[in-house]
Amino acid sequence: MPEQKRVQKKGGGAGEDADAGQTTAAEKGEKLKEEMDEILDEIDEVLEENAEEFIKSYVQKGGQ
Amino acid sequence: MAIPKVMGIETEYGISGPGISEFNPVLASSLLINTFAGALRRIRWDYEQESPLRDARGFEPVQEREPTEEDLGLANVILPNGARYYVDHAHPEYSTPEAATPRDLVVHDKAGERILERSLELARELLPPGERIAVYKNNTDGKGNSYGCHENYLVDRATPFSRIVRDLTTFFVTRQIFTGAGKVGVESTRVEGANVPYQLSQRTDFFEAEVGLETTLKRPIINTRDEPHADPDRYRRLHVIIGDANMCEVATYLKVGTTGLVLKMIEDDALPDLSLDGAVRALHEVSWDPTVRATVRLADGRTATAVELQWEYLDHAKRWAKEQEDTPDNAAVLERWERVLEGLEEEPLSLHRELDWVAKHRLVTAYRERDGLAWDDPKLALIDLQYHDVRRDRGLYHRLAASGKVERLAPEEEVERAMRQPPDDTRAFFRGGCIRRYPDAIVAASWDSVIFDVGREALQRVPMREPLRGTRDHVSDLFERAADAATLVDLLQG
Repeated sequence: MPEQKRVQKKGGGAGEDADAGQTTAAEKGEKLKEEMDEILDEIDEVLEENAEEFIKSYVQKGGQ
Repeated sequence: MAIPKVMGIETEYGISGPGISEFNPVLASSLLINTFAGALRRIRWDYEQESPLRDARGFEPVQEREPTEEDLGLANVILPNGARYYVDHAHPEYSTPEAATPRDLVVHDKAGERILERSLELARELLPPGERIAVYKNNTDGKGNSYGCHENYLVDRATPFSRIVRDLTTFFVTRQIFTGAGKVGVESTRVEGANVPYQLSQRTDFFEAEVGLETTLKRPIINTRDEPHADPDRYRRLHVIIGDANMCEVATYLKVGTTGLVLKMIEDDALPDLSLDGAVRALHEVSWDPTVRATVRLADGRTATAVELQWEYLDHAKRWAKEQEDTPDNAAVLERWERVLEGLEEEPLSLHRELDWVAKHRLVTAYRERDGLAWDDPKLALIDLQYHDVRRDRGLYHRLAASGKVERLAPEEEVERAMRQPPDDTRAFFRGGCIRRYPDAIVAASWDSVIFDVGREALQRVPMREPLRGTRDHVSDLFERAADAATLVDLLQG
């Protein structure tokens, strides 16, 4: 899994460096999750209502 | 010697009328265009030099022309920024003015989105309460109907078309890893029941041939339309129909920047034979693999991933660029190309600030995980569609951009200026300048002509056969000396 690989890379040192690396990775993960939650909340606010109906009625004439 | 890459992008936008029964996309498209264009709609498109059925391989046209948009009286205007804004195949279409650098083209492509957005705002005031029009910069309705985003590149007529086909096909198959706009699901008839929950490209499912003239059925990877809109003895206009419409500026930049470089190398015969064994199949396999690890087979028996083949193109481009005059544009494209390939190699999903397919993948995946949705849940299809909504307050790409979560390449003021102003360094400067300065004296215009009625017996047609003539340097003095169109025509003929 690509995600795992990156975490391993970042935390791959020895001793104190490794600990520091792991803390940073954890903090970074937490921050990323917060950012993603924020994005999803915003999508909830703007997403068209009644997804099934909306998608069903989106039909285009083919173009080039 | 490679020639400068004058470039443009034409985008057919998706259009719908949520809540309107018996929605007519042709009328709605006309409404958007005419409302935006105002009085400019009086100026006609000059079709004299157009021949969309001429084939680059040298064949004669095989069928009668279909009725043109002009015959049907549909909206078709030329804007003061040198762009063309018109109805095509029941879609509003925006063709950027010709640009001489990838960055300029990015700015003008984005200005096109803003013009569609502005058109929606203006048209809303004319619609009955409760009715609205929605516009999407994407390439499919998710039900097997596709509409295009075409790139155009000026190419030296002396370059053998067979070499373009040989060297560009593999490039197009593999560039999807950064040009793809991302799609939930699969629409190809080639793989009934295939398990493709998410793929890189919107358009790829609709491509079935390697080379051909068609654009609406049996679409080919290399389109052979030979309609240069310029001196046909010196130039081709390579009409590229395989790209996705991009929201991310970095993706647009790389799409046109790398393709322009590869075309220059083809003109200089600087590429080895990287032909694929089965390009159409490879095209689909690359798109269907968001891990970007799928391998394709080359005609010489080798196998390689799309990233590896892109590295080969980049290595050749670096070597080629060393022998050229040092241009900042070449260097910037090479540098960005390299960084994105490194990202794709190490961790593709880290490129969510740069590439559409990754940004969309991230949204869809997070939404799926939070709400426990199956891949075929209509909410995911809706996120896919609404990512491309041109409204900045509702489009999901635009929400990401508003909070700095995708990378912009140009400040918004520059995009706003491009809604009104053509690029300085192509003939679009002359076309747009004429439309802005002498609108009442222009009867018609096109990519390579402006036709004036200055109250004399005959109309005056000014041809523009050289895409790099008519720039600010060439004509700003002329414009200043010509207070009216009659003076301009006299000065041009004098």
